This record gives sequence, structure tokens and C-alpha cells, in this order.
Amino acid sequence: MHRYIPNTKQDRDEMLDVIGANSIDDLFKDIPKSLRLDRDLKIDDSLSELEIRNHMKKLGNKNQTIDDLTCFLGAGMYDHYIPSLIGHIASRGEFLTSYTPYQAEISQGTLRVIFEYQTLISNLTGMDVSNASMYDGPTACAEAGLVAADVTRKNKVIISKTVHPEVRKVVKTYMKFRDIELIEVDMKDGVTDVDKLKEVADDNTAGIIVQNPNFFGIIENLKEIEEITHNTKKAKFITYVDPISLGVLKSPGDLGADIVVGEGQSLGNKLNFGGPTLGFMAVKQKLARKIPGRIVGETVDKDNKRSFVLTLQAREQHIRRYKAISNICSNQGLNALMSAIYLVTMGKEGLKEVAIQSLQKAHYAFDKITESGKFKPVFNKPFFKEFAVKSDIKVNEVNEKLLENKILGGYDLGKDYNDIDNSILFAVTEKRTKEEIDKLVSVLEVL
Amino acid sequence: MKTVEGLYYSSDHEWVKVEGNKALIGITDHAQHNLGEIVYVELPEVDDELEKEESFGVVESVKTASDIYMPVSGTVIEVNEELEDSPELVNEDAFGSWFIKVEMADNAKLDDLMDKEDYEKFCAEEE
Repeated sequence: MHRYIPNTKQDRDEMLDVIGANSIDDLFKDIPKSLRLDRDLKIDDSLSELEIRNHMKKLGNKNQTIDDLTCFLGAGMYDHYIPSLIGHIASRGEFLTSYTPYQAEISQGTLRVIFEYQTLISNLTGMDVSNASMYDGPTACAEAGLVAADVTRKNKVIISKTVHPEVRKVVKTYMKFRDIELIEVDMKDGVTDVDKLKEVADDNTAGIIVQNPNFFGIIENLKEIEEITHNTKKAKFITYVDPISLGVLKSPGDLGADIVVGEGQSLGNKLNFGGPTLGFMAVKQKLARKIPGRIVGETVDKDNKRSFVLTLQAREQHIRRYKAISNICSNQGLNALMSAIYLVTMGKEGLKEVAIQSLQKAHYAFDKITESGKFKPVFNKPFFKEFAVKSDIKVNEVNEKLLENKILGGYDLGKDYNDIDNSILFAVTEKRTKEEIDKLVSVLEVL
Repeated sequence: MKTVEGLYYSSDHEWVKVEGNKALIGITDHAQHNLGEIVYVELPEVDDELEKEESFGVVESVKTASDIYMPVSGTVIEVNEELEDSPELVNEDAFGSWFIKVEMADNAKLDDLMDKEDYEKFCAEEE
């Protein structure tokens, strides 16, 4: 069998003839011979549809997913329960295939989704305004830094070392190309070292970024950091939050945040091999015109019927391009839709339940794991649904053993923090049962 | 087109009202008329130091968004926050709606600006 290319040799010869080329190779003659591959690709002969299906299925079966394993891995992406309703609604053609409302006002369904999503995110974070979502948490966080630099006309952004290491890397990259100085503030006992923060926060600071609960799952003292931030002349207080935690924690808006960002995957989105996910960004009214992306508003049409309009996109790249502070104009529409359905389906009480169960189960797991003394707590601070423990055994050995028992283990903290070794970060969501946690504990005990 | 005696005018259509070494700055009636219905005014912050001809804010109308430029160099000592909530005031009374108050760095720079008559001529030629 031959690969499926619909044009015949005759078709190709005719096309070459029209453009005055003798062979396909002529089309590449601008590329030096030394750079060209002078052999066929190392791919086996073509297979029939049936054969290729079987082949792919075999390959696919090598994967072990969270349907096969019990997941205690978090560190930014979480195995929360996803109501089946979400898949059904989100896979409707009009949602699944629509990209972005270019002819905005005739896309009433899409606009309504964005409006609902923005309303829910604003309510959840305690902020006035949300944009229509962004690529993911890290880029949303970087964009927040740019917003702060833009409004304050300052070029120094401070970020705590307890912020997810990958988020910090993305922020660093963004700041580097805007000539914004990024200062990382050390941590102490698993939280931001506020004394060190005080030393670097000054009147030239554009923004201060903290994660809550932080990368280690610990609750930061946001009130104190908020005060340090607002004691400077202009700096904006940026918090990177786990949206699920807002089911039990005070909203960032109530704690004086100016910009709230985060990863929205936990809200009804699958793990998707690490992406696509969505980032959310919500701000106080005063910053509404400075945020990337778009804002949808509600109004009435000439017949007095409820309708939706693209109200504001002051910093989008196609509006005064040279003034744009972001090149993000796409939003993660479908992921945002799923998170909106999630929030509506769970409701206030449901989200609270998810948060409380995650918290209680994480604490149960922590107590059981540390009971015998084989694994010790790395920090002694209040945590939400993730915690770090250490032992004499290497983390990869622990995880291998867990995997043999069909358990997806925790995150190796030594990868990102030089001074923390043999430490493992476990995440426990509401999905974990007592039996699953007890099994984790028993495997760890016999190591 | 309305103009006011005793003010200085820039070719970017800002007006300057001088009081000692301080100055109030706004946009002219001619400018507000050409912009149309103004929906948003973005202002600098107090203590910002700005050079002459540097952009100090944005006026956004239903038609367009335009930068506004410093007619003089100076430090912002006050901004008219009322305009952030009620930008339509600029349409209603352009000369009564100052944007910022600055402490001027150099009074001599005022010589580059136009007086009422020159500005009227300038606008007539621009038409």
C-alpha cells in the first residue's frame, strides 16, 4: 500500500510545469545540500487502517493514567472529581468548534459563556472584573506582573520562592524581555520570609507576587504581605491561588489583592497530559482597562431582550498595537466553559465540600504517614491539600515502590529546591478514599 | 470653536494655564470636538516626572483613542480624578476640565507654545 496522497503523478507534473520546475527537489534548491536529508525517513512501511488502529492501541495501552493508578501527585495539576455533565455540555458542536468571537455580537452563545465565566471567577476571587481566561496559570501570572509594571510605571517585580518553580520560570522569561527586574524572595520554614520581603520591597516596586496556598501547600500570611506591598508607594499585590482552596479560604479580594491569577485546571478540567488548561485573571475595577484579553458585558437589545456584548478589550493587541502590554488575544474558551459549568454544577456548597474534603483527607494522610516517624514533616505550618514529608529514602525509590502498587506518588522537591532533599510533596483531593490513603500509608511503611 | 484668552496652546491641542511655576493642563475645545464623545481618560500618577512632548495619558472616545502629550516639562502634583469617573466633563467644558497640575521644570519652554490668536490660526490652517 502507498501513503494516501490524492493527486496523481500527472497532476504533480502539470503543477511543476506551470511553475517551471523539473522536479519536486527543484523546489528546495535554495536549501544547501548539506542541510537536506538525503535518505527516506526511518518510518516503517504503511499499514492498513485496521493495522494502524491496533498498533496505536497497543502503544496507548503502555500509558498508565489516573484511571489506572491512584493519584497522590499534585504540584499544580490536580485529580479532582469532574461531574460527567461537563463533558456532555462542552462537547456540543457549537461550543466545541467555536474559536473566538470575531463577529462578536452574533456569537451570543459564546459571549454568554464568557460573561458567566467572568461573573463566576469574579465572585470566587472576590474581585470586580475577570478577563475571558488565558493560556494557563503561569502565563496569567506573568501577565499580572506586566500589568503591575504598566500601571505603576515601575520595573521591579518581586516574587516569593514559595511560588511554583515553573510559574517563576515563566514569569522570569516574560520579565526578561520587558527589561523588568525580577527579584526572588527567600523562604523561611516553607513560607515567604517577610523580613526579607520588607528589605526588598520599596517605592520602585511594581508588584509583589505570592502563591496561596503556596507550592508546598502551606497557607501564607497574606494579610502581612498585603501590608508590606501597600506600604510602598504604588506596588500591586498579586496572588496566585488554587481556586478550589477558595471554597474554604478567605477570598483574595477580601485580603486586599489587586490582581488574582491562577491555574483553572482543577475546576472541571482533565489533566490533559499537562495541557491545555486555562489561566484566570481577576482584578479590582481600577485595573479593568489594563488587563490583557477581553471583558464581556450584559445589556439589552432594541427589543429590550437580554444580550451580551464585547465591552472592553483595551489592552488587546489589535487595539493600538503599540500600546498593548500583552500579545495574548486568545482565551482558552472551551476550558473556561468547562470551569464555568463546574462552578455552576458544584455551586457554593459543592465547592466548599470539595475544599473541606480535600483538606480533611490531606490532613488524615499527613497524620497517618508521619505517625510512625519513618516519614517526618518537612515544615510545621498549616496546609490545605498538599504537604511535604521527608525520609532517608530517595524520592524516586519511594515513587517506584508506589508505582508497583498502582499508586502515582508525589513530587520530588529536591528537583527545584537545593536545600530540600529526600522530600516528597503529596496531594490529596476529595476523590481519594480512606482505603486508598491507608494503602498509600501501608506501602510507605514497609519501604 | 471656543478658545480662551491668557492660555498657552500646543500644536497637539493641549492648553496650559500658568500660575507661577505651576500649570494646569487640559485638552482644547477643538480637540474634544474632533474626538467626539469621550468615554475614558487615563491619567498619570502624582509624582510622575514627565518631559515636554512625552505622553502623559490617553483620551478615548467612541471614535478613537489618542495619546495626550506634555506641553511643558514638569512633575505631576495633582490629577483630576473626577475625569476618571466622569470623562464626559471634557466634552461639556474642555477649558474647565483640567487633566493634571504640574510643577514646571522650566518656564522658558512656554515660549514654544502658541497664544489664543496663533492657535486659532493654527487650527484654521489645519482644517
